[in-house]
Amino acid sequence: MNNTVSLGCLTNGSFALVTELVAEGLTRRRLLDLGLVPGTKVEVIRRSPVGDPIAFGIRGAVIALRKEVANKVLVNPL
Amino acid sequence: MSTEAALDSLMEEARSITGSSQSKVRDSIVNSIYQTAENIASDVVSCTSPKRTDWDRKIDNILTSRVWGFPIMFGVLAVVFWVTIAGANVPSSMLAAGLFWIEDRLTGFFMAMHAPAWFYGFLVLGVYRGLAWVVSVMLPPMAIFFSMFTLLEDLGYLPRVAFNLDRFFKKAGAHGKQALTMSMGFGCNAAGIIACRIIESPRERLIATLTNNFVPCNGRFPTLIALASIFVAGSVSLSFSSALATLAVAGLVAFGIAVTLFVSWTLSKTLLRGEPSSFTLELPPYRKPLVGQVLIRSVLDRTIFVLGRAVVIAAPAGGLVWILANTMVGDASVLSIVAGWLDPMARFMGLDGFILLAFILGLPANEIVFPILIMSYVSGGTLMELDSLADLRYLLVDQHGWTWLTALCTLVFSLCHWPCGTTLFTIQREQKNWRWTVLAALIPTTAGVVACIMLNNLVCALGLVY
Repeated sequence: MNNTVSLGCLTNGSFALVTELVAEGLTRRRLLDLGLVPGTKVEVIRRSPVGDPIAFGIRGAVIALRKEVANKVLVNPL
Repeated sequence: MSTEAALDSLMEEARSITGSSQSKVRDSIVNSIYQTAENIASDVVSCTSPKRTDWDRKIDNILTSRVWGFPIMFGVLAVVFWVTIAGANVPSSMLAAGLFWIEDRLTGFFMAMHAPAWFYGFLVLGVYRGLAWVVSVMLPPMAIFFSMFTLLEDLGYLPRVAFNLDRFFKKAGAHGKQALTMSMGFGCNAAGIIACRIIESPRERLIATLTNNFVPCNGRFPTLIALASIFVAGSVSLSFSSALATLAVAGLVAFGIAVTLFVSWTLSKTLLRGEPSSFTLELPPYRKPLVGQVLIRSVLDRTIFVLGRAVVIAAPAGGLVWILANTMVGDASVLSIVAGWLDPMARFMGLDGFILLAFILGLPANEIVFPILIMSYVSGGTLMELDSLADLRYLLVDQHGWTWLTALCTLVFSLCHWPCGTTLFTIQREQKNWRWTVLAALIPTTAGVVACIMLNNLVCALGLVY
């Protein structure tokens, strides 16, 4: 399974493993702080009523990210 | 070579060696930290049944759903308003009665001391009465509002509001959490400014700070409600009128929110240009609020804190107003002379000189704007409150020629003018840069002046008011 996609494209309820962060600077630090390191399992939980931001299950916490930030996280869908 | 210089050169060398792979180093550090944490956690933490998360998700399914998300949000806000307005009436009048009872005792004391009239007037009718006004009008609604707000915060509902609304704020170049600082502003703009600390990125925090004043605070609500009751609801039957007045106030609030988004958008396109910075928002699990703690925390941290600042500023203001209203030049008080100067400008904005002057003198605290206005209309020389809305209607409409346009312009200007002294002081303390403080006063004032002038001249040109 080598179909890497960005996290923002996944549908609600799907799971994925983080492969790479393409963000730089502060955003990258924030994402790392949240525990989005390669190999981390992420669940797409829900979208806000207007579609953005998206809430993810990351290491037991529910974190909402805006779409363009989520798209900087590359994942392998499970 | 000193040690520092040696260290610097070593760091330089290290940087040149790591070069582009520096971020990789950081990544692997974070990676191994998380690896270790995960190993430890898996050894010592055992997960209980997933029931709790299920519950959280079920609640979230409703509170952030496409259909129910927004209605529930506005419903909660409406209930908070209603409870604040309805619940504050009784304690407010009790406080007022108590404080004015003390004033009577003070009066008796000053009489017994044979104190000079100006001394008694300045201290009791000016300083003390101004203080009593602010405390009795502000304290009960603030205590109720902040308690309910802290309760919602404790429940975990507030982050969901930010989650629901972030898209709109993103379009305006702002942060979703601005929705929360705005709701806080309904209680008190100074508290709303302090709440801006929750926004991580400086640019978005500044936008939230500069636009917080477009949300009417507790000090302005009584004015909005009174004017809405007189001019919107006055013409319909009594049973209908309170609902209509609430609707009118809600409409004004919606207008304020629209202005907030527009100004935020303008700021992020001009003065505070820049990319929307990273947005991460945790949606924590719901939990049962600790009611006792909530009450203590909201009363001590927020209410007393904000009220303390207001008192410090309102006391001298009461004295100043008394002096202005009682210093006679010829046969007119300084107050009415200054109002005369302001009159041409004010008329152009659909107000009159006294209204504009009341707003200017009300700078220390918004809740004294209306009392000052009434005071200068009846030239009683001291702050006062009319007993009934009917009295107020008679004073404004029959004696001072207010039309619905005057009322509307006053409402708009109340919503959009400089923040009160306490809020400005807080902005200065939070941002530590007088330029932003000045801007925080200029932006809403400009918006208000422009809106009033446009409204007034448009309505007059259309001949809707005779």
